[in-house]
Amino acid sequence: MREIFVLTEHRQKQIRDITFEMLTKGKELADKTNTELTAVLFGKDVGNHAKTLSDHAKKVLLVEDAKLENFNSEAYQKVLSNLIRERKPLLTLIGHTSFGVDLAPSLAVSLDVPLATDCIDLEFENGTLTVTRQMYSGKVNVKAVLRNAESYIATIRQATFPVKKEAPMNGEIIEVPSPLSEEITKKRFIEYVLPPPRGVDITAAEVLVGIGRGIKDVGNIPLVEELATTLGGTLACSRPIVDKGWLPNDRQVGSSGKTIKPKLYFALGISGAFQHIVGMKNSELIIAVNKDPKAPIFGVADYGVIEDLFKIVPPLKSKINELKGQKT
Amino acid sequence: MDVIVCVKHIPETAETDIKIDNTGKAIEKNDLVFGINEWDDYALEEAVRLKEKFGGTVTAITVGSEDAESTLRKCLARGADKAIRLTDPKFEGSDGYAIAKILSKVIKDFPFNLILTGAQAGDDGYAVVGAILAGLLGIPHATMVKKIESNGEVAKLSRELEGGLEEIVEVKLPAVLAIQTGINEPRYVSIMGTRKAMQKEIKVIGLAELGLSENEVGEAGSWIKIEKMYAPPIEKQAEFLKGSPEEIASKIAEILKARGLV
Repeated sequence: MREIFVLTEHRQKQIRDITFEMLTKGKELADKTNTELTAVLFGKDVGNHAKTLSDHAKKVLLVEDAKLENFNSEAYQKVLSNLIRERKPLLTLIGHTSFGVDLAPSLAVSLDVPLATDCIDLEFENGTLTVTRQMYSGKVNVKAVLRNAESYIATIRQATFPVKKEAPMNGEIIEVPSPLSEEITKKRFIEYVLPPPRGVDITAAEVLVGIGRGIKDVGNIPLVEELATTLGGTLACSRPIVDKGWLPNDRQVGSSGKTIKPKLYFALGISGAFQHIVGMKNSELIIAVNKDPKAPIFGVADYGVIEDLFKIVPPLKSKINELKGQKT
Repeated sequence: MDVIVCVKHIPETAETDIKIDNTGKAIEKNDLVFGINEWDDYALEEAVRLKEKFGGTVTAITVGSEDAESTLRKCLARGADKAIRLTDPKFEGSDGYAIAKILSKVIKDFPFNLILTGAQAGDDGYAVVGAILAGLLGIPHATMVKKIESNGEVAKLSRELEGGLEEIVEVKLPAVLAIQTGINEPRYVSIMGTRKAMQKEIKVIGLAELGLSENEVGEAGSWIKIEKMYAPPIEKQAEFLKGSPEEIASKIAEILKARGLV
């Protein structure tokens, strides 16, 4: 029976969530296409991971090698391309993560297998892979069809397929000898680095005021910071603000920053790129102010204001001060 | 150090309302403002900094129509020495794979130590061109690069992972590095610099000269083809607060009061 491969992503002894999300989607696709779900696991001393994965897949292909201890796209590509050549899976799923984007494109080229990246949905129509993805800062969805092929590779957006609890599958663990006879010489993993915290822990704040591109200029930040202070909250931001060096990265909300769950998240001038949304969508109350009525942020906000943030912030600050004045 | 930087001329859409056109496969682009892809802007700056540090040259390459020359002019103004535009009506419909093939044809005959690309483009978001290009050229690559240190033989890199974590890796040169935003602060260019850039030559190369056949580019040479574009389905829609800014501010204040947040 043909297979659907899911490449296991693990780091610092943990299987990452994306793996289980892909296994959930992979199971659904395997059922529909009459194929078998196979988890592919590379690493060193990762027998415990193989056991965990056997609950979620029919088979676990395990390749252990000291050269596979940490993710290295050169080593991973050699081993995975061997497996794909031998077993010809219908589809190989890889996370659209920092690991996945480093691996999938050159892997696809080396195998001459068509690749679709950052997919938010996938289906087979008459044996051809059709995917859903987003373009233009998440403002449009695209249905796209891949070139007809025997085998496909797709990278999957994180936090897109909710993991379903299913009965353990008791998958068979198959140890595959490592094909890596020579040293990996072109690319070398050295270490993980976690930049030291700089004092502000936005994950602990009950009220966060987040700013995005709409703030326009670093000189406008104090205005919003005053609002945050008035609300007894802390200033947070989306990625572009950190990229510009306007706020330090410990203020960044999103997949490459912090995941927050405050009582109130006030999003000002944040359009709501997917990477930001995953970091804040579970906030208890979300109020968003943005000039663009189609900004994706309004898809997760409880209340939305289609307006220039600079018109809203000053009167809002005085209203809140008024309310606070009444209290005392 | 000779650095090639691959750039893309795209519409700014993060802060703009966009509409799907009547083909249903593209957006209406007439009213949009085009410029250099944000990720490529950081790659360009990094290329110029490498040149300033090590000497050598920076060559900017784009695949695009005549409009894309303004992005190449920007590269020249910023410090690129040469600019090349690869163009052909047959390139229309190319995905990241086809674009990488087109780029590889001109790059393979070029002396270089490093190729820089943006980690992704703000329009299609494929995030593949750099790594595919490396695969086609048979050289190593690294994506999501946030820091580059090099002695000319190898490059020691910091790659951005999730949740604020980074990894340090080393690649042998020549290599392709796909640059993440925030790696540097792209500089502003003086009016003088912009004027000087207007006089520099932009080399234009077409399909035949690249030695590519029609079925290697465009939709025919791509892995993926857009069938349909549509507005993302709305799972939940915010309740919109309307009125004058004063009225809206009062409504927000009431909501916060009702929730005990003020």
